[in-house]
This record gives sequence, C-alpha cells and structure tokens, in this order.
Amino acid sequence: MADTAFAAPPRRPLVLRQPSILVFLACLALFTLAVTLLADGSGTGAISTSFVKTLGKTLCLCLVALAMDLVWGYCGILSLGHMAFFGIGGYAVGMWLMYARTRLIVVESLANAPLPPTPEEISDGIATQIFGVVGASEFPPVWIFAHSLTLQLLAVVLVPGLLALVFGWLAFRSRVTGVYLSILTQAMTLALSLYLFQNDSGLRGNNGLSGLQNLPGLGEVPQSAISLWFFWASAFALGLGYVLCAWVVSGKFGSVIRGIRDDEARVRFLGYSVEAFKLFVFTLTAIIAGIAGALYYPQAGIINPAEIAPIASIYLAVWVAIGGRGRLYGAVIGAALVSLLSTWFTGGQAPDLVLGPVRIQWVDWWTILLGLSFVGVTLFAPKGIGGLVDLVTERRSPSRHGADLGPDHGSLREREAQE
Amino acid sequence: MPQLLEVSGVSVSFDGFKAINNLSFSIGEAELRAVIGPNGAGKTTFMDIITGKTRPDSGTITWGEPPRSLRGLSESRIAQEGVGRKFQRPTVFEDQSVADNLLMALKKDRGPLAVLMFRPSQADRDRVAELAEEIGLTATLGRKAGELSHGQKQWLEIGMLLAQEPRLLLVDEPAAGMTPAEREHTTDLLKEAAKTRAVVVVEHDMEFVRRLECRVTVLHEGSVLAEGSIDHVTKDEQVIEVYLGR
Ligand SMILES: Nc1ncnc2c1ncn2[C@@H]1O[C@H](COP(=O)(O)OP(=O)(O)OP(=O)(O)O)[C@@H](O)[C@H]1O
Ligand SMILES: [Mg+2]
Repeated sequence: MADTAFAAPPRRPLVLRQPSILVFLACLALFTLAVTLLADGSGTGAISTSFVKTLGKTLCLCLVALAMDLVWGYCGILSLGHMAFFGIGGYAVGMWLMYARTRLIVVESLANAPLPPTPEEISDGIATQIFGVVGASEFPPVWIFAHSLTLQLLAVVLVPGLLALVFGWLAFRSRVTGVYLSILTQAMTLALSLYLFQNDSGLRGNNGLSGLQNLPGLGEVPQSAISLWFFWASAFALGLGYVLCAWVVSGKFGSVIRGIRDDEARVRFLGYSVEAFKLFVFTLTAIIAGIAGALYYPQAGIINPAEIAPIASIYLAVWVAIGGRGRLYGAVIGAALVSLLSTWFTGGQAPDLVLGPVRIQWVDWWTILLGLSFVGVTLFAPKGIGGLVDLVTERRSPSRHGADLGPDHGSLREREAQE
Repeated sequence: MPQLLEVSGVSVSFDGFKAINNLSFSIGEAELRAVIGPNGAGKTTFMDIITGKTRPDSGTITWGEPPRSLRGLSESRIAQEGVGRKFQRPTVFEDQSVADNLLMALKKDRGPLAVLMFRPSQADRDRVAELAEEIGLTATLGRKAGELSHGQKQWLEIGMLLAQEPRLLLVDEPAAGMTPAEREHTTDLLKEAAKTRAVVVVEHDMEFVRRLECRVTVLHEGSVLAEGSIDHVTKDEQVIEVYLGR
C-alpha cells in the first residue's frame, strides 16, 4: 500500500526534520561572528560599543518574542503581560549587580577608617547608598538575597515562573479566555508597574535600578569587552531558546497546543486537560521572558518601572504579529526589524520627511507608522513578514488547497471490489 | 445485564426553557443504541450532559463498575474515563495533518509532561496507518485535515474516536454529508465497534437507523417518548404523531 512520509523509517533528529532550525542557527552564528569581527572591542571597530549593546538587546527582544509566539501564536493565549516577566528578570539580576557594586564602593571607602568596619556598618552603608534617593536607609525585605548572585539568578527563573503559575492557575481554571484574558494580563502588568513606581516598593520607585552595565569587580574591563560578552550570551540564549521552542512545538505537544488555539473544546473532549497545557506554556514562556530580561537590562544599564508599563507588552504582540505568528522565525524577524527600526526612528537619526506643508518628524510619527503597519498586517497579511517565506517554499511544492479530492470514493470502491 | 452508563432523572434548563426534562437512559457494556427525535428534541444536549459540557440541574449519571458519578467531572476527565464523542458538525484540527489528528487521539497518557516527551513508536505509527485504512484516508495521511472533503472529515473524526479506544462512543449524526456507499460503511463500522463497547448514535435518517439493527430510543421535548426495536417505535402512536403529525 502506497503510504506517505508518515510511515517512513525511524525519526531523524529534530534539526534535520525542521531545516528552518539549522538555517536560523547558521544565520545567528554568522551574525554573531560578523558583529564580533566588526566590534570595537574585538575587531575593526566599525561597530561602536553602544551599537553592540543595541544589537545584544535586540537579540534579547527576539528571545522574548519567541516566548510570545509560543504562548500566542501556537497556544492562542494573547498574553499582554509578558514584558512584565521580562522586567522582573531584569530587576532580579539588577538587584545583585547594584548591591555587589555598591558594596565594593562602600568597603573601599570604609577601608581608610581607623577601625575595621563591622558587617552592620557595611550593610548600612550600602543601604544608604542605594536607598538614599527614596529617603530610606534600610534594606527592604525583597533584597534579602541580593548579596548572592546564585540566588538572584534563581529568582530570574523562579519569580516570573511562580507569578505566571499562580496567575495562570487562577485565570485558566476559571476558563477566562480571549479578550478577557488579555485584559486580565494587562491589569496584572499595570498593577505591577504601579506598585514598582511607589517609593516604598523597595525597588527605588521610579528611579529604578541603575549602573547595571558595570559588572562588580570588573571595573578594569572596558565596556567594549563587556558589551561583547553580553552580546555573545544573548546570542547563545536566543539560539538555545529557539531550539527549545522548536522542540516544544514539534511533536504531539505542539499538536495539542495548536489544537487548543484552534478549538479548545475539541481538545478537552479528546481527554487533554486544556488548563494544564495552557498553564505549562504560560509558565514556560514567562521563564523564557525572565531570562531574556535578565540579559537585556545589564546591556541597557538601567531598569525602571516604566519598562513594565502595559504598552511594552502590547508592542511585543505587535512585533510578533508583524513578523508572523505561529512560526518561530517570524517572531524573531518581527522583533528584530521593528525594534531596530524603532531605535532608528526615535533616535532622531531618520531624516524628516517633507510632504508639502507637513513636516513629518519620525520621533513623533514613528508610533503612528507602527500602528498603521500593525493594522495593515492584521487586515491584509495575517501571516506577517514570515508569510513571504511561504511564497518561496510553495513555489516548489504547490498548495493543493481546495483542489478536488476524491480518494475516499476511490478507496471505497477498491474496498468494495475486493469484497 | 450490568449497565455501563445510567442516567436517571436528569433535567437541564436554559433560561427557563427545559431542554432536558427528567430524562432517564441506560446502556450496557457492548450495546448499540440509536437515539432519534425531531429537531430540538435535546439529543445534542443529552450528549453535552454526559460528556460534561453542560452541567445538569438535577439527576444522577453513574458510570462503570463499581459505579461512579460522572457529574461534576471536567470534560477531559470524562474523556479519560473512556467516553468518546463525535460532534454533529465535523470538528477536526484543520491546520494539522490527518496523521497528527489521529496521533493526538491515540489512547496515551494525556499529561503535559508525558505529551512533551512523547515520540511515536513504530507500534503507534502502525496503529495510525491501520486506522487510516479503516477510514479510507491512507492516501491523505500527510495532508492537512482542512483540505479534506466534508465526508472525509466525518471519517477522520470517526477515526479519531476509534483511536481513543473509548468504552462509550457518542456519535452525533455521523452520516450527514456522506454518500450512500459511505453511509453503509459507517453502519458497518459502528456495528463492529459496538461489539466491544457501548455506542450511542444520534441520527435523523430512519433508513440509517434501520440498518443499525438495534434498540431505538425516541427523544421528544427533552424526555424519552418510546424505546424498543425500530419496528416497535415506528408503530408507536405518540411517535407517529410527533414525527409525522407535523
Ligand atoms: N446552550 C444553550 N442555550 C440555550 N438553549 C439551548 C442551548 N443548547 C440547546 N438549547 C436548546 O435546547 C433544545 C435542544 O437542543 P439540541 O441541540 O439538544 O437539539 P437536537 O435534538 O440535537 O436537535 P437537532 O436535531 O437539530 O440537532 C433546542 O431548543 C435548543 O435551542
Ligand atoms: Mg443536535
């Protein structure tokens, strides 16, 4: 009996079954190599340190876009709160960076004192340094682990993960879906950012955490080198994240979550607990977002509550929509393209556009252009930029969609003939 | 005969309208049963209640041995208990291949971690190929389910149901949109399935029901109007009035 590829001999490794993974990893490796060769810290210097940081940050945004694509594009949960998890990751690593560096400064300044400083003196010194701006001189309870890099790195994973777990459990268990779920995630994000804006939140209110680009104890190492380390780490994390997401969506798990996206009730009647799957994906992607944030903010140098504002998560959805949801490389393309364009337009480098009496200054008009592109993509190209790839691949294997299919009749007749 | 499913005194109303009214029904381990009734009689709602989609206002639903209550369990729990359902409108996952649809339905551990780690064994793939042959979709295994014809989607859904290996199969109008030959094949399949499990078939078409050669339950306005052989119920005064009187 002529069978399809389905009965083919044992499964090949994931990367061979999905050539897009290899293509992506190759592009990422080439890009990393090119930046390394052109960067200030290791190569010709054609790329400035600040631009290396911009590129490194872009890679982190691509990583969080992957998470967004997994949760929205594949599982159909339009979360408008994933940048909150991203921000939490940033805060978690930022606390250690700020603590450890301030500690070095305080210890140094106390070293000349006649008596060796007691631990309390050091601790008070650090607290005064860090919390002076918000009129406090005590460590708030959330800083209890700030002295330990290991524990704060654990927090990068655990805090977004637990928050997503609890939030998702409450929301999915009550079967909140669609627009209501999106609004709920926005509310969570807004609540978090408003809380962080308060001076007594323990995280320096609207000042946020700063000086994160300086790694404690590495004062001698120039930023041009540090920027490259973070760039490499971001590229590595993105590559790993891509393979992980591709693996998650490749097998039966991918089938089930795409089924949930397309027809949740049907998946239930197959015996799958839709809530458990949603919770798994929501939590996993929150963790990925947290890790992406932890790599992003040391490159940005500063994090403040405005970064967690609800609009950030909406932008994330826009990137994924423009890049093409439901395909991982689409999310990466969307995030990279839109965030880099955004940097360019809002950085004041883009020349003004003069249309008769109107002078379009991109710093102001960029958001409008982005909004229009979003509407345009939603209405006219729901597959996004990633859909262009289909144009190429479909030319090789034409879609038979809608063509006349009648094998059931044929096979039945065969069956009857045998009887 | 021990009963697999016993529904007794179940009622449900939507905004005051009693869609199911004090309904009682039971089916044995390996039994085929046809449920007929005019439009709006409550046949689909009856299936919704058994599968947990609709919560009844009153009544009991007991299942298996020792008898346990299905009331209050989630849809996925009830499905895991062994209740499989085919919908009136074919619902397959159109964006995924026929093979993936069948693989998803195969009786396996349904937990997220188990599903994440799952890789189909040769036995699983053989089973899928076997099912595909049974439902005449071997040649379309690699194609997206959305590209199938209406009748083929019905078949695929029946195949998914068989893949689940349920103890009770609830089939809502399986033959809608099928050619006469396909209808015949469907009857054979359902009769075959009922040798090893309980099967409830909702159908409008009397000829189809007659070919099933099984006990028939007639629903009307949410309760059982008559029950017995097809000849018995078609001679029933009330049934004639309900079916033919208007
Ligand atoms: N969720 C609901 N809300 C309100 N009314 C409902 C709901 N579900 C079903 N009904 C009503 O309950 C009655 C029974 O519907 P049901 O779908 O069970 O009928 P049926 O016997 O399957 O009919 P058909 O032969 O047309 O499929 C109908 O009058 C329908 O309008
Ligand atoms: Mg119905």
